[in-house]
Amino acid sequence: MSLVRWIRRNLVVLVGLLTLAYLIIPNIIVMVFSFNKPAGRFNYSWQEFSTDAWKDPCGVADMCDSLSLSLWIALWATIGATVLGTMIAFALVRYRFRARGAINSLIFLPMAMPEVVMAASLLTLFLNLGAELGPTTILIAHTMFCLSFVVVAVKARVLSMDPRLEEAAKDLYAGPVQTFLRVTLPIAAPGIAAGAMLSFALSFDDFIITNFNSGNTVTFPMFVWGSAQRGTPVQINVIGTAMFAIAVVVVVTAQVITNRRKKTALPK
Amino acid sequence: MTTASETAVAPPEPGLEPGPVTRKPSLRRALVPYWLLLPGILWLIVFFALPLVYQASTSVQTGSLEQGFKVTWHFQTYWDALTDYYPQFLKSLLYAGTATFLCLLLGYPLAYLIAFRAGRWRNLLLVLVIAPFFTSFLIRTLAWKTILADGGPVVDVLNTIGFLDVTSWLGMTEGNRVLATPLAVVTGLTYNFLPFMILPLYTSLERIDPRLHEAAGDLYARPSTVFRKVTFPLSMPGVVSGTLLTFIPASGDYVNAELLGSTDTRMVGNVIQSQFLRVLDYPTAAALSFILMAVVLIMVTVYIRRAGTEDLV
Repeated sequence: MSLVRWIRRNLVVLVGLLTLAYLIIPNIIVMVFSFNKPAGRFNYSWQEFSTDAWKDPCGVADMCDSLSLSLWIALWATIGATVLGTMIAFALVRYRFRARGAINSLIFLPMAMPEVVMAASLLTLFLNLGAELGPTTILIAHTMFCLSFVVVAVKARVLSMDPRLEEAAKDLYAGPVQTFLRVTLPIAAPGIAAGAMLSFALSFDDFIITNFNSGNTVTFPMFVWGSAQRGTPVQINVIGTAMFAIAVVVVVTAQVITNRRKKTALPK
Repeated sequence: MTTASETAVAPPEPGLEPGPVTRKPSLRRALVPYWLLLPGILWLIVFFALPLVYQASTSVQTGSLEQGFKVTWHFQTYWDALTDYYPQFLKSLLYAGTATFLCLLLGYPLAYLIAFRAGRWRNLLLVLVIAPFFTSFLIRTLAWKTILADGGPVVDVLNTIGFLDVTSWLGMTEGNRVLATPLAVVTGLTYNFLPFMILPLYTSLERIDPRLHEAAGDLYARPSTVFRKVTFPLSMPGVVSGTLLTFIPASGDYVNAELLGSTDTRMVGNVIQSQFLRVLDYPTAAALSFILMAVVLIMVTVYIRRAGTEDLV
């Protein structure tokens, strides 16, 4: 019986690790193939080891332009969505007012809708208004769909805040501005940061909404999409690997900071 | 948010544009939530709700690019769109459904492992689950072209163990290749949305008190019974949000079908995309998009009602 149980138990571990492999293998393939020297236009089969692409990451026409455009859009969309979303989250948690249900639905719906529907409907709006498709329309779209995610992240944090802290600040003669800047904002900061990071990642990596609303503008995902037809330069894998490395550094740094904070935090 | 002590002078509220100064402070205080909400909600109304209205009106227009489109309440478009594209519609639901089911099947053990058996590896495993997102989604989808390449190791193994015979019999593959078949599309969809299944599952599993497992064991429940009677029912909220977060994006996705599939594996997303951006037949595309939205929303509503949960995060 114990043997059967042991197998059962380790079956979960085994299947779990297989799933993990399924999740991670494509990333490893991307990394490995950033050191490939492809024979043709497509970088799908292994030929020989080379570091050419790493020495010349911007050696492909237009790729780095698309990359900087994507970063620029992600930055502004993040700022916009974070400011607007944080304000909404505070209003929803702290105040009682009419139309809460409607507002909650309006925030929930963009997350519960296939991206292609949002993309297509936004395009009909822009076409009807005669707006010129380009970086501005992409930015508008990204800000729109990142907003909901920020609201959710900040709301979760603000809900778990202890209102007595702010009351204490007020009792100690802090004005509303001071209370907000010295007490409320620092406590809500992790939620806001999480929402902002999520926004940045979502915007930077967005394809479907951008595909519909970009006109002739090429963001980095659009560049990759186009390259699937024209030929995939190794530099794409270099960028993918570099992104991965940067993200790992960010995660590790965040972890180190939280650990330090825990150690130096005042005992509750 | 009312506090016992109000300062005598009320400076302008922080972090928002103050209303006209002529108002009484008390009224201004009552308006604070609306000032906070206004910009963001306006943004959502103009760029999310209004487009849906425009799309609805576009779907009942007739005309052409040269003559312009006019609203003629031509509901025939819906019928034509459905009769023309119902195979792609059914394929979308089939592929997205299959991918969702596979995500649940693969994701549950991993979520369980992280929640109950990972010990100090827990954080590392969680980071590994979201690690795929660190690289562009399109680059990773293209990587599957390498993994599933004809005559590659993966396809060879699947061939040797007779897996491809089974999938061919199911109509998911043809002959001994995987790329450009429904199997490749489902593989891509499953892979791309798996983390969205695992994270809510993990969250709901982690909330379960392990003592419940012990208690069930003390009452002579076999491990399988413990899972059936205790663990799985308690993880239901995670199952619900996980399946939604997987199925909704998968049903509208056209990236996997385009990059990993063939013309026979087109999904409704591919049709909407080509009608909108290549054929420029806006009414048909808008009608299809509207039908997809309606189907998804109805499914989601029914599903949430049945499962009785509203927090999707």
